[in-house]
Amino acid sequence: MTSTTFSGPARLLHWIMAALIVAMLFIGVAMVATVGTSHNWLVPLHKSVGATLLVLVLVRLAVRATHRPPPLPADMPGPQKAIAHLSHLLLYALMIALPLVGWSMLSAGGYPITVWGTLHLPPLLSPDRALYATLRHLHTYLAYTLFLTVIAHLSAALMHGLLFKDGVFQSMAAWRTRR
Amino acid sequence: MPASYTIKDILRRGGLLPLLAIGAVAGGATAAFAYAGGWLTPGQLHPAQIVNALEAHDGRHEGFRRAHAKGLCVVGHFDGNGQGLALSKASLFRQATTPVIGRFSLAGGVPNAGDGRVTFHSLALKFDLPGGEQWRMALNHVPVFPVATPQSFLDFQLATTPDPATGKPDPAKVQSYMAKHPETKAFADYMAKAPLPNSFANASYNSVNAFRFTNGQGQTRPVRWIFTPEAPFGELDKTTLASLPRDFLFDEVAGRLAHGPLVWHLSILLPNPGDPTDDATKAWPDDRQRVEVGTLTIDRAVTEDDGPCRDVNFDPTILPAGVAPSDDPLLAARSSVYAVGYTRRTGEPAAPSALANDTAFPAPTPGQSAPKESAQ
Repeated sequence: MTSTTFSGPARLLHWIMAALIVAMLFIGVAMVATVGTSHNWLVPLHKSVGATLLVLVLVRLAVRATHRPPPLPADMPGPQKAIAHLSHLLLYALMIALPLVGWSMLSAGGYPITVWGTLHLPPLLSPDRALYATLRHLHTYLAYTLFLTVIAHLSAALMHGLLFKDGVFQSMAAWRTRR
Repeated sequence: MPASYTIKDILRRGGLLPLLAIGAVAGGATAAFAYAGGWLTPGQLHPAQIVNALEAHDGRHEGFRRAHAKGLCVVGHFDGNGQGLALSKASLFRQATTPVIGRFSLAGGVPNAGDGRVTFHSLALKFDLPGGEQWRMALNHVPVFPVATPQSFLDFQLATTPDPATGKPDPAKVQSYMAKHPETKAFADYMAKAPLPNSFANASYNSVNAFRFTNGQGQTRPVRWIFTPEAPFGELDKTTLASLPRDFLFDEVAGRLAHGPLVWHLSILLPNPGDPTDDATKAWPDDRQRVEVGTLTIDRAVTEDDGPCRDVNFDPTILPAGVAPSDDPLLAARSSVYAVGYTRRTGEPAAPSALANDTAFPAPTPGQSAPKESAQ
């Protein structure tokens, strides 16, 4: 019999990454808008959390491949199911793309890529002036897209929990795995 | 009771209030995001405002740095003598040789401006340390800066921006700014009377801002630093500056480097209690303790068009372990403002530098450029 909740590892990863992704979006948008001294610690923190999220999303892909997620309710309308699947695909694509674009962008700019103060990641590509500018803008646009997708995801989750009451919200919010 | 997915069913079951609550959550989160990004606080200083002010001040020169637009790449190395390790665990201070690239430049946003100006003679450096670490510095020949805060920097730029009608800054605006900023007035007076070096080679180069060093024992202290030249000082005659050839300073240092390397000694300055670390307009007295930690050798100069410095952002907050920014408010602002300028200019095609066709800098011959090409 299939489970009605996501697996324990999937739920743990979801909530850790949710907190980190929301933090990253706010850190990112704040650090590029300030001339204040917070810039001195926000930028290293952004790079460090970003690298951590890249590792976490790879673990999450492995968990997803080995733990089948619960099916959406049978009576959920087809178009809504399609939107749900597409939005999750978009979330995964952005979770993978944003740290990779950030890493590539720093590489193209010739910057050192320092993680948690001690680890230095190798450049993903050679310094390239025009590519830096392109990736820098792409990083911003992808981040805005991720923010809007997260808001849509949160709103949809709350609609499942408060309005549809169909168990979809509980499948990720449940404390214990249920059959 | 089966789940219902239509708006009609939801409203019939009293779902209006939860629907509004969800809208409030989504709207509130978006508003918080906009607030964090500075969109809801137009009074808050944004780094782009400072870059805009620089562009308004000196014109927008596509592909060039918005400040210190005229420059020349240099290549060399640093030899640590081991003494610095008592102050900072930075690997630059080991008894070892570290490769360096750098850039001599003059302040201002006009890429082909003449060299005969009473302005900063500057040296930027990028040290490539083991394990992927870097230390970037942006140094000036003057130990102090005209402003202490990013807001003052913006106000200073705005007050001294040439009026399109006269081509000169509005004296009333300049006066009004100076009246509110005695530190800038003091700086202007200092620049007017201080000797101006007649070569990039015989100028000292100062960290300007304070930083924090942490050694292997975990002891942290504030520092500034200075690179002191071996070449004997010579002074420019400020009355004849306008008659000097446009690129004379860059040509002169190229001529010196053709005859041999140039050397500077790096000394770390240690403040007494009470010396300011958060105010770059105030110099530390000359009698403060100095520790010499090594020598910088510049071996050769290459134009920006062929050299390794053009696409480097000399952000002075890119630091190795053992070095951190101080509480000087200019440091974080330099980092965030340089980042905006860097994104703008790298998004524009690179234009030939003022020295691109200068005979003091022969274009690399096929033989000289071979190492780069053979690395394919």
